[in-house]
Amino acid sequence: MSFPSVIRGRSWKFGVNIDTDQIIPAKYAIYSLDEKELGKHACEGVPGRETWASQVTPGDILVAGSNFGCGSSREIAPVAIRGAGISLVIADSYARIFFRNAINMGYPILQSPQAAEAVQEGDELEVDLDEGIIKNFTRGDEYRCEAFPEFMNELLHMGGLVPWVRKRLEEQRKAAS
Amino acid sequence: MGMTMTEKILARGAGRESVAPGDLVLAKVDFAMGHDLTIPPAGRIMREQMGAEKIWDPDRVAVTQDHFQPAKDAASAALGRLTREFSHDMGVKWYFEVGQGGICHTVLPENGLVLPGELVVGADSHSCTYGALNNFATGIGSTDLACVLALGELWFRVPETLKFVYHNRLREWVEAKDLILYVIGQIGVDGARSKAMEHVGEALKFIDMEARLTITNMAIEAGAKNGILEFDEVTERYLEGRAKRPYTPVASDPDAQYEKVFEYDAEKVELGVAKPMSPDNYSPLSEVVGTKLDQVFIGSCTNSRITDLRRAAAVLKGHHVAPGVRLIITPSSHQVAIQAEKEGLIGTFLAAGAAWTTATCGACLGGHMGVLGDGEVCLSTTNRNFPGRMGHPRAQVYLSNPAVAAASAVAGVITHPSEVLKHLPAEVA
Repeated sequence: MSFPSVIRGRSWKFGVNIDTDQIIPAKYAIYSLDEKELGKHACEGVPGRETWASQVTPGDILVAGSNFGCGSSREIAPVAIRGAGISLVIADSYARIFFRNAINMGYPILQSPQAAEAVQEGDELEVDLDEGIIKNFTRGDEYRCEAFPEFMNELLHMGGLVPWVRKRLEEQRKAAS
Repeated sequence: MGMTMTEKILARGAGRESVAPGDLVLAKVDFAMGHDLTIPPAGRIMREQMGAEKIWDPDRVAVTQDHFQPAKDAASAALGRLTREFSHDMGVKWYFEVGQGGICHTVLPENGLVLPGELVVGADSHSCTYGALNNFATGIGSTDLACVLALGELWFRVPETLKFVYHNRLREWVEAKDLILYVIGQIGVDGARSKAMEHVGEALKFIDMEARLTITNMAIEAGAKNGILEFDEVTERYLEGRAKRPYTPVASDPDAQYEKVFEYDAEKVELGVAKPMSPDNYSPLSEVVGTKLDQVFIGSCTNSRITDLRRAAAVLKGHHVAPGVRLIITPSSHQVAIQAEKEGLIGTFLAAGAAWTTATCGACLGGHMGVLGDGEVCLSTTNRNFPGRMGHPRAQVYLSNPAVAAASAVAGVITHPSEVLKHLPAEVA
């Protein structure tokens, strides 16, 4: 999977402390191996967002407040959001397991308190992932993102933990032979 | 510069002299856990995507069938089967079948599988529970678990440590659950986000290991990476005859650096609840007394070990659940159920009109055996009450300790346990 450098899309605005049971209610954990099915139910547990997933256009951007993805460790939370067609998540801050799950999946997420505060639902955004800059065409604003540590950027750009582990296993096999 | 317990464990795992908060390290894992919802994706990622054929050390992996097991539907049966087959194919030594294990976070400590000084990961957010046994334990995702299963190592960001000091002792009726609900109420559900919570102080000396597990269990409800306690005689006694490996306890250095130190007078902590819809929505019990209930649930990795069931039984003995309320009691492990049977607790529960289930995560995550309907009100000994956690998004969940839950089931409304015990039937008193 190649990591994009620029993402353009319409924003959906969510609040603070959106937990994983709201992002994907546990009853859908039976679809743990089916990203498309999980995507159909993404954010169904967020009050007022029961039919949200069906309104998402592929490429849309989810913008949320602080502590996004708190609660469970189930990786189906970021998987469901990706499955719904969301290209990128921007939040004021993330709960740690959601954060590392997204990085491990090679799924782009950004931390920008500025954007989380200023962006409104439906705003047209363009995000330069290399520069960490978010442009808001609707409002004529520009926001900066917090930089991630180098190792996390590397993981994101190589497509997550899977290719990283493949590489380590290769090295181990070579060393053994 | 000195290090905290958490830093020392991560430094050892990373093979380094020292680490500091913010460092990213690749560290060796001592023990890993997955269950019926997280093993199927982890197994697939490990085998099909990462290309690993075996797990790094079958002796250091536990797998439980607890979340949707005994299978609640055909899809859950399929997940249970994938979990079973993966464990068999990989030779997982600590595989716990339905009816022989129970909830991972009770099963691992009670079998002496997670030990002082160790670096433990579990593909479940409440894996932080194990930290009561003086180890670094944290919840991870399925890709993380696949990495650990394949390589026995994982990347970590060394967390800042917050120190929580509890002076004096908890008062009568006030339990570890009340203490941790109070703390989460003070600091909020993101109050310890990505950080370590180190719990110390006099109050902890007087509580047993099961109650300590309740405290570290809810570290995640404050957003923490891990919760950790000091090693002492209570830890040592708990592990006697239980520990499956030799272990080396770890202690924080006197000059360890803490991001912040919180001090509490345990004696001032009251009986409390978390009101809907967030674990940090703390309220003293006195302010919610009289709230009408549809269901009471005593269960979960937070509060359904044998000491919890004893406290519930002591309140329920000779009483009956109020009309219009159902009480569901789910032991957190098979061993807990066996012990409850020996002590006659199950008879007390059944006589009181409670539904007694097999050990499972069940109702806690709105899985099965106690899912809430639209607008229903539940008092629960579990850990989370975000919208929809236990069923319908408009269900209202209050979190409490087991004695309060038992008393409230008898009264039909949220009640102080002493109110129920005041009215003890003559034949019991």
